[in-house]
Amino acid sequence: MARREDSTRGSGARNNQAPDLALSEAPSELLRELVAHLRQNRTQLREEWVGRISETRLLTAMTKEEIFAEATSVYDSYVEALETETFEALQAYARNLSERIIPRGVETHEVVGIVLLLRDVLARSLFAKYQTDFKKLNRILDAYEPAANRIANTVAVGFVQERERVIRQQQEAIRELSTPVLQVRERLLILPIIGVIDPQRARQLTEQLLRGIRTNRAKVVVIDITGVAAMDVTVANHLVQTVEASRLLGATTIVTGLSPEIAQTLVTIGVDLGKMNTVGDLQGGIEQAERLLGYKVMAVAEPR
Amino acid sequence: MEVPILKQGDFLIATFQAALSDADLENLRRGLVLQVVKFRSRAVIVDVTAMDVMDSFASRTLREIAHMIRLRGAETVIVGIQPEVAFAMVQLGLTLEGVATALDLEEGLAYLIEKFKNIE
Repeated sequence: MARREDSTRGSGARNNQAPDLALSEAPSELLRELVAHLRQNRTQLREEWVGRISETRLLTAMTKEEIFAEATSVYDSYVEALETETFEALQAYARNLSERIIPRGVETHEVVGIVLLLRDVLARSLFAKYQTDFKKLNRILDAYEPAANRIANTVAVGFVQERERVIRQQQEAIRELSTPVLQVRERLLILPIIGVIDPQRARQLTEQLLRGIRTNRAKVVVIDITGVAAMDVTVANHLVQTVEASRLLGATTIVTGLSPEIAQTLVTIGVDLGKMNTVGDLQGGIEQAERLLGYKVMAVAEPR
Repeated sequence: MEVPILKQGDFLIATFQAALSDADLENLRRGLVLQVVKFRSRAVIVDVTAMDVMDSFASRTLREIAHMIRLRGAETVIVGIQPEVAFAMVQLGLTLEGVATALDLEEGLAYLIEKFKNIE
């Protein structure tokens, strides 16, 4: 199954190989020879590779020892992938490697760069070995190049996929964390908004708030946007719509903590301020909400 | 499908059952406007809890009902708008301005009782 996937991904590489298939079993024979050569010269080639990596200043986030250790396992999985012509193990390794190095700030170009470096180092060693026999060199390269390209492809794709997975995960975490609808008194909800609001997050906030009003039977909602530095016109409009939608559910909305920039935006888009109930800070908002709900808060004793 | 109009003390209550045709909505509007004076009601409660979607005709009719009832000397409260419906309405610009709204029938009744208590 995985073979098929790989072959569609590296279809260009496959085509290169096609003419060779006519020469009976030659490619796999050649690959075997190739693998034997790479095993034999493992130490030397690996050192050369690591040298090239530090020369080109890749993987600067990692120490020399770490690079060497990783290089060793990459080299071995590389040779193994060449030998078995299966890429699952390499794929799994690439994913695992990505998991470890992404948090340390390793970039995509570095990962692709080191794999391509290894490809070049190995190709050079093949040139050196078969320089006397040009025909053989050609056939060896015919066998080596498609496989090497597929390996590079596999590692790069693995890295990028892992990266995207991390990004997706973090986005989800942000989405879940960022929109609490809290009940502070019977029938009084507060919705503290912190950070940047994009249209998607704004929509989600609205949904959660409207649903919260229904489930908590809220009469007053305080939306606190102290933690929002600026918002664009779309989001500002969305905020106004949220206020209006809350009213349709029978809840009064108080918006608190508007920054000067947001006030400016609201004025620029010409929001009907008659619909918007605004109070300077969260404390004032809660106090007003309590008044609307008929609460009267008083101290029963001196603070200790 | 006819929308029943219930008389509850000083109030009239009309409950939307499900998706209504435009003709049903017009009948309801006519019925409410007639009965509000006939029963000398002080307010009308329109309960739309059962409506999962509300098109522009329905929301316009709601607004018209509210304004006509006011001209007939009573007040209207719309109750039970679903969260999704509320936001869709606002996005369409149908904000029912000047019309009282409440979470559900209970809230609507409480609102009216409180209001008329103050007037007396």
